[in-house]
Amino acid sequence: MGKESYESLDYDVIVIGAGGAGLRAAVEVSENTGLKVAVITKSLLGKAHTVMAEGGAAASFGNVEAQDGWETHFYDTMRGGHFINNYRMAEIHAKESPDRVLELENWGAVFDRTPEGRIMQRAFGAHSFRRLCHIGDRTGLELIRTMQYKAIHTGIEVYQEVTMTKLLVQDGRVAGAFGYLRSDGRFVLFRARAVILATGGWGKIFKVTSNSWESTGDGAALAFRAGVDLMDMEMVQFHPTGMVWPPGVRGLLVTEGVRGEGGLLRNAEGERFMKTYDPERMELSSRDVVARSIFKEVQAGRGSPHGGAWLDISHKGPDYVKAKLPGMYEQFRTLADLDITKEPFEVAPTCHYTMGGVRVDAETCATSIPGLFAAGEVACGLHGANRLGGNSLSDLLVFGRRAGLGAREYLSQSVDWAQVDESELDAEMDRVLEPFHRPGGVNPYHVHEELQAIMTEHASIMRSGDVLQAGLEKLLALKEMVPKMSIDGSRVYNPGWHAVFDVENMLLLCEGIVKSALERKESRGAHWRTDYPDELPQWQEINFVESFDGENIRLRTEPVKAMPENLTKLFSYGKAPGLVAREGKES
Amino acid sequence: MAQPLEQTTTAKTPKAKSKTRPYWVEPVVTMTVLGVWVLYSLWEVLFHNSGTYHNYISPYFSPGVGEWFGWHVLDALYVAWVPLVFRFSCYYYRREYYRGFFWDPPGCAAADKPRPRYSGETKWPLAFNNLHRYAWFLVLIVLIFLWKDAVEAFFFKNGFGVGVGSLILLVNAVLLTFYSFSCHAFRHMVGGDKDCYSCDGKPTTSYKLWQRVSRWNVFHGTWAWASLASVWAADLYIRLLMMGVIHDVRLF
Amino acid sequence: MGEEFRLSVWRGDPSGGQEVEYRVPGETGMVVLDALQYIQHNQAPDLAVRWNCKAAHCGSCGAEVNGQPKLLCKTRMDDYVGETVSVKPMQTFPIIKDLVTDVSWNYQVAKEIPPLDPMYPAPFQMQQVDATRVQEFHRCIECFLCQDTCHVLRNHEGQQQYFGPRFMVKIAEYEMHPIDGADRLPLLADQAGLGMCNVTKCCTEVCPQHIRITDNAIIPLKERVADRYYDPVKILLRRLSGKKAGPTQTPSRSST
Ligand SMILES: Cc1cc2nc3c(=O)[nH]c(=O)nc-3n(C[C@H](O)[C@H](O)[C@H](O)COP(=O)(O)OP(=O)(O)OC[C@H]3O[C@@H](n4cnc5c(N)ncnc54)[C@H](O)[C@@H]3O)c2cc1C
Ligand code: SF4
Ligand code: SF4
Ligand code: FES
Ligand code: FES
Repeated sequence: MGKESYESLDYDVIVIGAGGAGLRAAVEVSENTGLKVAVITKSLLGKAHTVMAEGGAAASFGNVEAQDGWETHFYDTMRGGHFINNYRMAEIHAKESPDRVLELENWGAVFDRTPEGRIMQRAFGAHSFRRLCHIGDRTGLELIRTMQYKAIHTGIEVYQEVTMTKLLVQDGRVAGAFGYLRSDGRFVLFRARAVILATGGWGKIFKVTSNSWESTGDGAALAFRAGVDLMDMEMVQFHPTGMVWPPGVRGLLVTEGVRGEGGLLRNAEGERFMKTYDPERMELSSRDVVARSIFKEVQAGRGSPHGGAWLDISHKGPDYVKAKLPGMYEQFRTLADLDITKEPFEVAPTCHYTMGGVRVDAETCATSIPGLFAAGEVACGLHGANRLGGNSLSDLLVFGRRAGLGAREYLSQSVDWAQVDESELDAEMDRVLEPFHRPGGVNPYHVHEELQAIMTEHASIMRSGDVLQAGLEKLLALKEMVPKMSIDGSRVYNPGWHAVFDVENMLLLCEGIVKSALERKESRGAHWRTDYPDELPQWQEINFVESFDGENIRLRTEPVKAMPENLTKLFSYGKAPGLVAREGKES
Repeated sequence: MAQPLEQTTTAKTPKAKSKTRPYWVEPVVTMTVLGVWVLYSLWEVLFHNSGTYHNYISPYFSPGVGEWFGWHVLDALYVAWVPLVFRFSCYYYRREYYRGFFWDPPGCAAADKPRPRYSGETKWPLAFNNLHRYAWFLVLIVLIFLWKDAVEAFFFKNGFGVGVGSLILLVNAVLLTFYSFSCHAFRHMVGGDKDCYSCDGKPTTSYKLWQRVSRWNVFHGTWAWASLASVWAADLYIRLLMMGVIHDVRLF
Repeated sequence: MGEEFRLSVWRGDPSGGQEVEYRVPGETGMVVLDALQYIQHNQAPDLAVRWNCKAAHCGSCGAEVNGQPKLLCKTRMDDYVGETVSVKPMQTFPIIKDLVTDVSWNYQVAKEIPPLDPMYPAPFQMQQVDATRVQEFHRCIECFLCQDTCHVLRNHEGQQQYFGPRFMVKIAEYEMHPIDGADRLPLLADQAGLGMCNVTKCCTEVCPQHIRITDNAIIPLKERVADRYYDPVKILLRRLSGKKAGPTQTPSRSST
């Protein structure tokens, strides 16, 4: 192989990922600081997975229900996460999200309004009060578009359709990242004093998923290989309501907003089955509970024709539905020939969010490698065992900003650019180009399909020890395929080539998922083991942390950080703090 | 909540839309209809000096400006230019004639020879279209007379009555009213130029008016064609009466 | 469904290309993107097509299906039963490969538009009636199909003179924002080239988000520009009263 060349660019900070978290971080680093910042994204600007978010962003303004406040938001988040969350992240998140949402308003986002002219808030699963700031059912679009336009006006440089394949670490600190341009296959080196990871999740490990193609966990895998710890990998969220029919759209999200606006779930017998699983919160129970309930109904033979449950919003009337859920109306009309203002529709659980990820410091989002920060879905800790709807968009803003601040502070200690090891780059270029030189090998798309099949069969919504174990063996066997994947054509915009690295990254993370799923011998949040169906107190004390030595994944446990007393007190009333305060006033 | 701005006019039927006509069909039809209309109007305006038949007066000849001043050459010319300019500068007709006559563009995403010399509405004479609002004010005056004519069309020599002609003139006045009051320039004047309807507290009258006009505006193209047809029909009916080709039918 | 679909997909690069025919087994509710992915996964792994969400949310997958600008993920195959479906890249933008075009020009234009300049800091006091008007423009997913179809950009090489419908929508979004205090009319009249649009509405016809681009964004902006730059009476009145041109209402701006 002839020696390949690459372009070299120097920045103070690079942000990998242009979703909500990445853009928010970049704005924080670059605005009025004079720092040179680049944002790198696999797709076009404004198209990142965040654009798909629908329901809203959680922030305890109390515009609709005045009792709400950060305490209750914190309480809901911890309870939703079954107490293996990083309490400090949950606290910061609950306290700061209203400010972050207002910031968006300043930058151009136009939220739906209350009659008093303030930001409207809607009900969502497991939030004690109406808390989700929204714009119809396209809140993510609003968030990313606002951040995108904010970013381009703060002098950030955006590199679109560039894939990073390697994080560079030298002398124990970050040196930059290396990758290639998707449009023509040229290599590019970004040297940076600090790197912020905001690459999102890895929902593409399942076939039935609400995630976009980008969710292949690149950032987590890159960091893992570079020596960063991953945590809570067993926690993969299934959203209870994905589309079921027709097959082409299976998994496509039906926003929780449908239930938030009053949608009812029924089984084939027309019964509102949620009353058997959560009589109090019914349809608005937390996601893990609702998803499991639908799953159980289908297993018990009470499923809808294509294996789901019926969701019905038609009683709200066409005008209301079209005003509040225009995207859903359109989605069903064009893709399923179905009018949701008139008839119920089928829904079933779909892979949605990955709670686990890069282990970070709550205050600064710093990872264990100096100069490397992570925020958004790629990071972990805020959501524990189950994320509440709407807590991700606010997470992106709160911790995107914190990561930016963290990076700035790190740079203020006048760190210089680290050296880059040329031989490492040569090796990386060889690795990336290798699939072209293995004629007649394995089709990467087929390996991906196989991976999805394994995960669906062995590590999906319902898990058990034997099945997981068998899955792990299959994964290890599939790993043998990685060095055999090959591809034809040129380096110019070649999706088959790009798929090779996506698959590699996902395989690594899947192994991590299955390994920690095997070890968590209980059911907690999104993690449901039929062989250990109960939530056990001793497991509430620990998180599973994984590290990678280049060959093997090593698993260890870390104690969950204990809450200080002012926070534990919030859980002593037996109900949401906001409700306690209200009753206090009334009596 | 009613949101007229959010609805689409063309309710999309999911099926059977692919067998599209060739792109040139639409502009050719437009060109033909508008062309015939213009030719007819020229004939009407240039070769006739009166449009009155008893209590009916053709919209081409109303108001009778020539009569007021005792000018009797080409009577229609003194007013007919007003609706002509109005329609010529109307945003909807602009769409139609740019597509139909200028072929800018002949059809959407259709193949077209690159023409780099295009200057849109930035240069004379097309830049004058920006003054459409003045045509609107002028046409408002004409419209008042047309309503007067429509009312008078119900008062025959022997008192109140209803003839086919009366109905045609009434329908014409109604359609023209809808057409004029769904105008984009009018929509702008009644409140479209504001950014905030509620900043002083409650949504204002201006908002309600703008909202109403917006709702009509969605169908502006429909009003445009319908009123064109009704003007034509009214004039033709009266012209034929005057020529003695047909006789007015009194309904009662 | 059992039947087979025929697609004729443009394949090539800046130096040229041709349509290649593929056959794909039909499935209920299949969209064009499903068919292309089937081809990609089984017949031509290097077939370049842009997509992200496959849910009509992101606006990545614009192309021309049987000559019509469409989102590939929202266009059903069964709309074309019995036909060969031709899929071509957007013609207005330079080709990169196959169905992927270089849309970077749009991102350059985006930078030229001054962002929202609130007259006072959030929280804003704003009624839904005012929000509704601009929220229509916020629905834009930047698929650039309107840019693709607009004849000013497509046939008249107007990139130097006109920002295109997408950015008229963007400017309208700011201009009609109740709390915005910036003035973009000079930009519209000059560099943004609003006058290049001849309100022929092709953009409105293709917009997958059903934004009434021409009626609700472009024409109202044209009227505002007319107020400022064409209407002799208004110009005169402004001269006489000595008022500077600017936003119509100027609530006091709290200190920034
Ligand atoms: C259908 C759907 C609806 C949702 N609704 C809600 C909701 O209502 N409320 C809520 O709070 N949350 C919701 N979520 C969750 C939320 O949208 C996501 O968790 C969140 O958007 C993740 O944002 P992010 O910034 O972390 O990453 P992403 O938005 O996923 O962005 C990742 C970025 O990283 C880039 N990238 C990835 N790998 C590489 C690489 N190797 N090289 C270069 N760049 C790379 C990508 O190009 C992209 O720009 C929803 C999710 C889905 C799927
Ligand atoms: S209406 Fe204007 S912007 Fe829209 S396609 Fe026509 S010329 Fe272009
Ligand atoms: S205005 Fe419509 S067609 Fe144009 S980019 Fe936005 S969504 Fe696409
Ligand atoms: S826009 Fe058609 S009459 Fe004014
Ligand atoms: S793939 Fe996102 S709009 Fe089609």
